[in-house]
Amino acid sequence: MSLLETRGLSKHFGGVHAVAGLDLTLAEGEVLGLIGPNGAGKTTAFNLLSGFLAPDAGEIRFRGRSLLGLKPHTICQLGLARTFQIVRPFPRLSVLDNVMVGALARHPAVARARGLARAVVERVGLGARAAQPAAGLTLAERKRLELARALATEPMLLLLDEVMAGLNPTEIATLVALIGDIHRGGVSILLIEHNMRAVMALSHRIVVLNFGETVAEGPPAVIASHPRVIEAYLGEEYVHAAPPR
Amino acid sequence: MTRWVWAAATVALLAALPLLPSLFGSYAVTLFTLIFFYGFLGQAWNIVGGYAGQLSAGHAAFLGIGAYTAALLSVEKGITPWVGMFVGGALAAVLGTLIGFLGFRFGLRGFYFVLLTVAFAEICRIIASNTDAIGGAVGYYITFTGNPRQFQFQDARVYYYVALVLMLTATGVVAWLERRRFGVYLSAIREDESACEALGVDTFRYKMLAMMLSSFLTGVGGAFYAFYLFSLQPGSVFGIPLSVEIIIRAIVGGAGTVLGPILGSFILSPLAELARHYFAQGGWHGAHLVVYGLLLIAVVLFLPEGAYPRLARLLRRRAPDTA
Amino acid sequence: MLFGGVFSLMAVGLTLIFGVMRVVNFAHGDMMVWGMYLAWLMATRGGVDPYAGFVVCAAALFLLGFVVQRVLVQRIVDAPHEMQILLMLGVALVLENAALLAFGPEPQRVRSALAQSTLWLGPVFVDVARLIAFGVAVVLTLLLSLFLFRTDLGRSIRAAADNTYGALVIGTDVRRVYAVAFGVGAACVGAAGALVAPLLPFQPPTGLQLSVASFNIVIIGGMGSLLGAFMGGLLVAVAESLGAVFLKPSLKELVSFSLLVLILLFRPAGLFGRRAS
Repeated sequence: MSLLETRGLSKHFGGVHAVAGLDLTLAEGEVLGLIGPNGAGKTTAFNLLSGFLAPDAGEIRFRGRSLLGLKPHTICQLGLARTFQIVRPFPRLSVLDNVMVGALARHPAVARARGLARAVVERVGLGARAAQPAAGLTLAERKRLELARALATEPMLLLLDEVMAGLNPTEIATLVALIGDIHRGGVSILLIEHNMRAVMALSHRIVVLNFGETVAEGPPAVIASHPRVIEAYLGEEYVHAAPPR
Repeated sequence: MTRWVWAAATVALLAALPLLPSLFGSYAVTLFTLIFFYGFLGQAWNIVGGYAGQLSAGHAAFLGIGAYTAALLSVEKGITPWVGMFVGGALAAVLGTLIGFLGFRFGLRGFYFVLLTVAFAEICRIIASNTDAIGGAVGYYITFTGNPRQFQFQDARVYYYVALVLMLTATGVVAWLERRRFGVYLSAIREDESACEALGVDTFRYKMLAMMLSSFLTGVGGAFYAFYLFSLQPGSVFGIPLSVEIIIRAIVGGAGTVLGPILGSFILSPLAELARHYFAQGGWHGAHLVVYGLLLIAVVLFLPEGAYPRLARLLRRRAPDTA
Repeated sequence: MLFGGVFSLMAVGLTLIFGVMRVVNFAHGDMMVWGMYLAWLMATRGGVDPYAGFVVCAAALFLLGFVVQRVLVQRIVDAPHEMQILLMLGVALVLENAALLAFGPEPQRVRSALAQSTLWLGPVFVDVARLIAFGVAVVLTLLLSLFLFRTDLGRSIRAAADNTYGALVIGTDVRRVYAVAFGVGAACVGAAGALVAPLLPFQPPTGLQLSVASFNIVIIGGMGSLLGAFMGGLLVAVAESLGAVFLKPSLKELVSFSLLVLILLFRPAGLFGRRAS
């Protein structure tokens, strides 16, 4: 049985159809990449899945139950955690406390939650920063904090919204390794990513969105050479300019 | 090491506070009673305004409800304020629940939430001013009988001790909450509500609980207010200036810290009392509020986290040298 | 009803400040009360009729607004909302109680020769003073719109209101625009204060009532919308005069606060405005 499944998911803002009839399935243990140009509806899809927006139409099922009408915190409790594209740390709380807020979702006792949070902080490589306020972190560190907090909620499915954006190649390589590690730990992952190398390396399967609709779907190797993907990203002329095979 | 020094200092201070009245003159007892009482009110506000970051500018409403409830129950029904204070607290919590429900369910934040709380406090004031059964705009007066069962004491030191207990209790509650999930969640809600939701925090529920607890404590304080002053005027118990008195202590001392509101009260209550004493005699009404205003501006511009965090850092920096 | 024009002018000032820098001027009503006291000073000390003196009041309040913005508000434009609210609360406290110190708690009223006379306007019997207050307020609002839509400075104010970053990019001196906008907003209540000074007895705490009335209007009209503020002013004036007819005067305030609660809950974006986040 699939872990996450959407049918005909739609959301429009005014006249703009941000997400138009999206069908998505994600099997347990899978890493699914969601790519597409800016404004293709990826982040809106995440907001629908995590309960921050209510869809106009369609259905979302997670672990066999409908998520429609549920608040974001309930969805998180069910085991679906997300990160935000624009990171949202609690600036005046320490890095450790930031992560502890996530851990408290499963472990109400502060002492236990703090211990688990410390382990997660170490795991994402922020151990040296644990006691400092989150406001003082660099962008790369904030991205890892965002990931650590979501991870601390012990999700079954992790929604990662552009965690690589703005990072340099070394930082990306570290993060790719970390996400791979998290996946091997038994967490399924849905990944929005602009960094092609990262998304190709991590994903089992990739869905390409444009104008809120799926335009292509398949394993990374197929998607990389798919004409409609190149079209969506680079414009039509590049497709025609590409040498015939 | 430093932690032990702190703990010892705190215990010594706590032990000293009950002993002070026997050393002081009556004016100092009054002054400390006010410091403790406003420290208590600031601490109660701190839960929702400081930790949860929901700026309520209408806490006077809770105090007013508690005060009128305890006074009316005592005078009209003969029910002792020792019980009446909890009835008043409960009624204040009912109003707090209503305001919280409306404000949080309808997603009012920042300025909008401030206006909502002000509007409710003013509505309470206008209703009280127009209800003749409770004295209307003239106010409600309690005749002094000196009966301790009705919370009336000849000896001013009793009020000192009651105020001290109120302040220590509220501070104890806050210190305890800060170490628990509830307190951690409130601080996180203050920082970013959406991020909290994404991490499984039922923000509505925790904001409601904070509001209920805060309004309950403030309502309990109302009973003390009524039987310390023996007169209640709608304009002063429900008025915005009283809400400002409460908020400013927490802000100046450090909102969202355990000791901030207490420090704030130690700084401001004597200042307010002296200003009222000297300026009002010279017919200078409002002078202490001008000072408050200037202080609020200064704190926002130069010390946005309040005095306590700054003080704590200064002391901590000193500590390694002395230890 | 004729108060509507003055209400509108007051609300236009508030919405202009909010629209441009997203800061709510909690001291709006208190600034207006200072306008009233200035008119009172000029009338009692210099014999200047408030219907001429309002120009001076507007100029003085422009200066006050400009300075408050430059010295205080500018430093917290990017600070969290809570900090902005507390700062403006501080300004309001200072202004209200400085008025209390300077002028005492007794209610004052400005005498104007015009306030005594009345005239028949068709079938209706009208106060000349109210008519003038209404007329001048409407003219000032129109002049303000002309300023905002027809002059370069006005255009840059509107541009800053729409998009601060964009305005920065095209090289607008945002700090100056902010200070001017705050000054103009304050000047609105300076003039409004002088215009109603002969009609409405005032004392320092009147400032709070006027602030609440402005918040009411601006929220009804939609935060940041000039047209909304103008229409809202007329609407609230009508509602209040109806309330005064049917309720005893002490309950009139209850109407405006209840109205405020209802609007906050059900129309936070106002009747004409966009939702402010």
